[in-house]
Amino acid sequence: MHANTENTAPGRAAAYNALRDVAQVPGSPKPDPILIADHVSRQFGGLKAVDVAHVEIQRGSITALIGPNGAGKTTLFNLLTGFDKPDTGQWTLNTKPIAGKAPYRLARMGMVRTFQLTKALSRMTVMDNMLLGANGQSGERVFNALLPFTWKAQERANAERAMELLGRFNLDTKIDDFAGSLSGGQRKLLEMARALMVGPEIVMLDEPMAGVNPALTQSLLGHIKNIREEGTTVLFVEHDMDMVHDISDWVIVMAQGQVIAEGPPDAVMKDPQVIEAYLGSRHGSALTADGTSLTADSQGGNT
Amino acid sequence: MDFGQIFTLTITQAFGVTALIYLFAAIGLNIQFGYTGLLNFGQVAFVAAGAYSVGVIVLTFDLSLWLSIVVALITSTILALLLGIPTLRLRADYLAIVTIAASELLRLLVRSIAFKDVFGGAQGLNGKLGQEFHDLNPLPADFTLPVLSWSRQDLWVVIVGWSLALLFTLFVWGLVRSPWGRVVKGIREDEDAVVSLGKNVFVYKLQALVIGGGIAAFGGILWAVAKQSVQPDTFQPDFTFFVFTILLLGGAARVFGPIAGTVIFWFLLAGFGEVLSSLINNGYIDFLTATDVGSIRFMLMGLGLMLLMIFRPQGIFGDRRELALDAR
Repeated sequence: MHANTENTAPGRAAAYNALRDVAQVPGSPKPDPILIADHVSRQFGGLKAVDVAHVEIQRGSITALIGPNGAGKTTLFNLLTGFDKPDTGQWTLNTKPIAGKAPYRLARMGMVRTFQLTKALSRMTVMDNMLLGANGQSGERVFNALLPFTWKAQERANAERAMELLGRFNLDTKIDDFAGSLSGGQRKLLEMARALMVGPEIVMLDEPMAGVNPALTQSLLGHIKNIREEGTTVLFVEHDMDMVHDISDWVIVMAQGQVIAEGPPDAVMKDPQVIEAYLGSRHGSALTADGTSLTADSQGGNT
Repeated sequence: MDFGQIFTLTITQAFGVTALIYLFAAIGLNIQFGYTGLLNFGQVAFVAAGAYSVGVIVLTFDLSLWLSIVVALITSTILALLLGIPTLRLRADYLAIVTIAASELLRLLVRSIAFKDVFGGAQGLNGKLGQEFHDLNPLPADFTLPVLSWSRQDLWVVIVGWSLALLFTLFVWGLVRSPWGRVVKGIREDEDAVVSLGKNVFVYKLQALVIGGGIAAFGGILWAVAKQSVQPDTFQPDFTFFVFTILLLGGAARVFGPIAGTVIFWFLLAGFGEVLSSLINNGYIDFLTATDVGSIRFMLMGLGLMLLMIFRPQGIFGDRRELALDAR
């Protein structure tokens, strides 16, 4: 694929090679999956918001979860990360079953998420936001809290790691500012840096590019690529296909709660079923001036 | 008008026994509401638990005062767990509903005829409640203060009470500057964000409720010991709302907020009362009677609070910069 020849980053090459021979069908098995989900469903009243039969996420890759509004992407995210309870379903992280586990446990196991509406802890400093991400802090136990000598050394080490991360995200000059005083884009960066502070194996980003200006979007994309280069798996939700094209190694498309297509970005964007999900080919075709359908050959009509 | 006397009486109340009772409740509420963001509208229940533990252990069962302090802490912990375990997994407003209902429930329970033998019914428990404490009073028997109007007994309570209050303030300072404090502040800002970083939010909220309740229980212990009487109808919901007023006056989530708030609240309340009474007694105001003073001072207090919220919404010790931030 031509897009990959210009990019020589080892993480990207590895992900590309690993996914080269994977079948481009919904629910296809991956060579080294970190996350495997089976029969995950969630119903809101009469509406089946999520009904995913099988999906696997390749380790060390950037996987995009795309789909039109209301496709169930965020709901699936909430289910997988434990923030919502499914009606049915089993899923594993590193082959360990994790369905029904509390969300904070999943975070400790290495699955960390961000939120669509950025959750910067406004009335806390940037540094405090970061330090909150560090795991296994003895000073967070109430009985140690009043004995600073039990946690001072750990605190210093965590602060060093936070400074290093903040430097990468260009926030190192803001450590004493309240997170609430940062701009919207900086909050996104802070949330991402804070998620990395947990030391995750897989980061799940819920619309990381939503409401961010084009210049910052480029910088965010760069940061997401860096996360992969460090060996961390990235799964992110997005509905803008152009963003997805640039950075993802693999794309999973959802529509009406189901996975309808999978594959590398180029292939997925040409998939008539995907175009239909986004534009609605059969209804949309009437809108074209000469009467031809928007999709060249309207074979994808399996609703 | 004797301004010297008005000032003396006002100061006596601003730092007195009643103020101290509110101060302990406010220090506890500061952990719960100020730092952790828990809407505990039943703080009076913890004060009542402390006071009744002393009353029941010392008068009903005729046991030691020191034992009753331990029992008070156990009772307040049980109360916090009872309130917290079912509600802290739910949205924040559920705790508010449950706590305000529970505080009234507790008051009606202790004043009920059915438990009159234990809790003393509507009359409560009256008698030599703090004898063991007052026996330790090191002040000479004929001791009188030259300026302020505390009795020898009250002064002993005030000295010990303020020492304890400063100790608890130090305790809170230590807690909130630790990583534990960072987690609870994060919970106040956004619970889900803290969950997503791998913290068991439920346990932290429960800990904050228990610690804050335990400190408030000391207010109840002090009450029983100083006033030698525990009466159910003093533990009305308005107590809790005065404690909230105190906390907002001083500045929530400030280590010295409760102390500043308590002193200012009682200074203003007592000051308004003394000045008004004096004006009425000396004939400067003839459209009011002395019996109106009690309610009018609360009106003035309310006016003062409104002015504070308009001109200094962050409270006396608060940081305006912080308040200007969008909380979410």
